[in-house]
Amino acid sequence: MKITTPEFKSNAVEALADENLQKAMGHVQVGFIEKRQVAADGLPEFEALRDNARDIKNHTLAHLDLYLEAYSEKVEQSGGHVHWAQTAEDARNTVLEICRKAGAKTVTKGKSMISEEIGINAFLEDNGIAPIETDLGEYIIQLRGEAPSHIIAPAVHVLKEQVEEDFRAEHTHLDVDRNLEEPETLLDEARTVLRQKFIDADVGITGANFLIAETGTSVIVTNEGNGDLTQTLPRVHIVLASIEKITPTLEDVSQIMRVLARSATGQELSVYTTFSTGPRREADVDGPEEYHVILLDNGRTNMIGTEFQEMLRCIRCGACMNHCPVYRAVGGHAYGWVYPGPMGAVLTPSLEGVEKGGNLPNASTFCGRCESVCPMRIPLPKMMRHWREREFERNLNPATQRWGLKIWAWIARHPGLYAFGARIAVRGIATLAGKNGRLASLPLAGGWTKYRDLPAPEGQTFQQQWRVRGGK
Amino acid sequence: MTPREAILGKIRSQISVGSDDTTRRTAVANRLSSTPKGVIPERGQVAPAECVDLFCQQAEKVHATVDRISTYDGVAEAVSAYLRGRNLPQSVRMGDDNRLEAIDWSKTPNLSRAFGPSDGSDPVGLSHAQMGVAETGTLIMTSGSANPTTVNFLPETHIILVHSQDISGDYETSLNQIRSQFGKGRMPRTVNMITGPSRSADIEQKLLLGAHGPRSLHIIVVDD
Repeated sequence: MKITTPEFKSNAVEALADENLQKAMGHVQVGFIEKRQVAADGLPEFEALRDNARDIKNHTLAHLDLYLEAYSEKVEQSGGHVHWAQTAEDARNTVLEICRKAGAKTVTKGKSMISEEIGINAFLEDNGIAPIETDLGEYIIQLRGEAPSHIIAPAVHVLKEQVEEDFRAEHTHLDVDRNLEEPETLLDEARTVLRQKFIDADVGITGANFLIAETGTSVIVTNEGNGDLTQTLPRVHIVLASIEKITPTLEDVSQIMRVLARSATGQELSVYTTFSTGPRREADVDGPEEYHVILLDNGRTNMIGTEFQEMLRCIRCGACMNHCPVYRAVGGHAYGWVYPGPMGAVLTPSLEGVEKGGNLPNASTFCGRCESVCPMRIPLPKMMRHWREREFERNLNPATQRWGLKIWAWIARHPGLYAFGARIAVRGIATLAGKNGRLASLPLAGGWTKYRDLPAPEGQTFQQQWRVRGGK
Repeated sequence: MTPREAILGKIRSQISVGSDDTTRRTAVANRLSSTPKGVIPERGQVAPAECVDLFCQQAEKVHATVDRISTYDGVAEAVSAYLRGRNLPQSVRMGDDNRLEAIDWSKTPNLSRAFGPSDGSDPVGLSHAQMGVAETGTLIMTSGSANPTTVNFLPETHIILVHSQDISGDYETSLNQIRSQFGKGRMPRTVNMITGPSRSADIEQKLLLGAHGPRSLHIIVVDD
C-alpha cells in the first residue's frame, strides 16, 4: 500500500475535522478501555503474567535463530511447507506461486496484519485472483477500498450507517427494501453473503498470533470463526507470519494468551483459539490438504540487537492505541501505513525507514499510558524518543525546529544562564498576561495559543522554589 | 545463499553469536524439553467438584448455555429436549466419536443423526470435547473423524458434550494432556479452544453473537 506517513500532519488536520470519524472514535472508551480494566482487575495474577510474557519473549528473541530452526523442522515433519521471505515482495510472490499451483480463482482471508503489510490483496487482484476478506471489519473496509485503521478493529472508524450504504452498494442481488438499520441485520447479511465464499474458495490465507517451536503449530485467535472457516474449508491453507511470532512451547503460548485477549478486547479469552499443525491427516475428514507457512522478515532482523529489539515482543493487541490520546483524536488512517498508534510510531520507522516514518514518533505527548497498559511491557515512549534522536541526527527535522532544539540544548548546559533566562521569562510572561493570569497569544507559541490560553507563571521559577524548600 | 540462510545468518550477526554457541543451544533444548509452567491462576486450582462448577459459571458468562446430567444415559434426551426448547429440528450432524456412539439413541426415535463432516447445510452440530478448562469455561476439541472440525463452525447451533473428569483448572494442564496423548512435539491437525458462541464487535464496538461460527453454544456436562 502507498505510505502517506510523511503527510501525518495534514492527515491529522483532516481527521480532526471529520465528523463521522470523531463520532466513531468515541466508541473506543467503553468498547476497549473500560473492558480491559475490568478484565485486568479480574485476574489477580495479571501483572505477574505480564512479567512472564515479557520474559518469555525476551528469551525467545535472544535465541530466535534456534527457535526458528526448531519450528521449521517440526512444520516439515508434520507434512507442512515453510517458505522464508526476506522482503514483502518475496512473500507476495510465494503466495502467488502457491495460488497458481492450486489453480485458485478465489482466496478467502482471515484477518492478518502481515497481509496488509505486504499488500497481498492488490497484488492478487492484479494477477487475476480475487481475495475475499472474511472478518466483518476487514470485509467492510475491503468494500470501502480502505486500509484498516486499527490492528484488531479494522473498521473502528466506520459508522453503522456507512456500513449500510456499503452493503447496499455491494449486495445488489438482495431486496432493496430490506431493513439494515441495526448492526444485527448487517452482521446477518455479511454472514449469509460470505458463507458461500468460504465454501467456494480454493485457498485460505490466515495470519498467526503465535508459531510454536515445540510442535510446528500456528495459532490464530479470533471471535467470529471466520479464520477457522478460512483455514478449514479450502484445499490449501497459507499462513502469513512474521519471524517474531515464534514462541517456544505450548505452556509459553498459554501464558501469553492470558494477557492477549484481556488487553485487546477485555475478554478473558477470545472465542476461538485454534492450533493448526500441518495438513489434514489420515484420520481427518476435513481440513486442508496442503499447509504452507510463509515466514516474513521484512526488516525485523535489523531491529534485533538494537534499542528497538523490545518492539518485537509486540503481540498486536491494540491496547497502546486504545489508550493513546493522539490515536483517539486522529484515528488510524492519519498514521499513513499499516500500524497506527504508539506501536505503529515505533514500528513504521523501523520497517519503512525514518525518512518516511519519522513523523510518527513525534506524534506523542509521552504521557506513558501505552507503556502502562502494554501486556508485553514494551517501553514505547523510550523507543519513540530513540527515533526522535535518530531523526535529529540525520537532519530530518525542519531547520527552525533544529535550531530551536540546539539553542535550548546549549542554554540547558549552562545552568547560570538557564536560571537567569528562566527568571526573565517568568517575569516577562507574567507581565504580559496582566491581571487575569492567562495569555491568549504569545510569540513563537502560536500553535498552542491558537486553541487555548496559556496560563501565566504565578511566581518564582522551579529552581528558585526548589532552593527555598531546601531541595524537598 | 538461500533466504533461510540469509534470515538466520542476519539474526546471528545481529545478536553477535560467537563461534561457541553451546550455551544458547542448551538453553533452547532445555526449554523445549522441560516445557516450564509459568504463572498459573489460582482460580482454577480447586477441588474437582468446584472446578466443574467454575467451568459452568465461566461458560455461562460468555453466553454459552450449560446443562448438567448425571450419566451418558441421559444424553439423548437432553439433546432432544434442548432442540425442542429452541424450536430446532430434531436432527444433528456428528462424527463417529466412540463416546457418542455408545449412547443409547433409541430413547429418542425422532432425533435423526447425520455423520461425517458438515457442508454447511446442517442446523445443529453435536460434538464431544476432549477437555474443558475451568478458568475461562473453554472447551478443547481435537480434529479427526470422531469430531470433524467443520461441525464446530458451520452449524448455527453447536451442542458439545464434555465429561466432568476431563475438566481441568488451567490451559497448561489440558494442553499437557494433548501432549501425552499425541506424543511430545506432535499435535493433531487442528485443536480448537472454544469459549462461547461466535461473536463480533466490528460495527461500532457493539457486541453481537453469531458471526461466522455458531450463534448458540450449548454445553452438556456429564458428571458420571
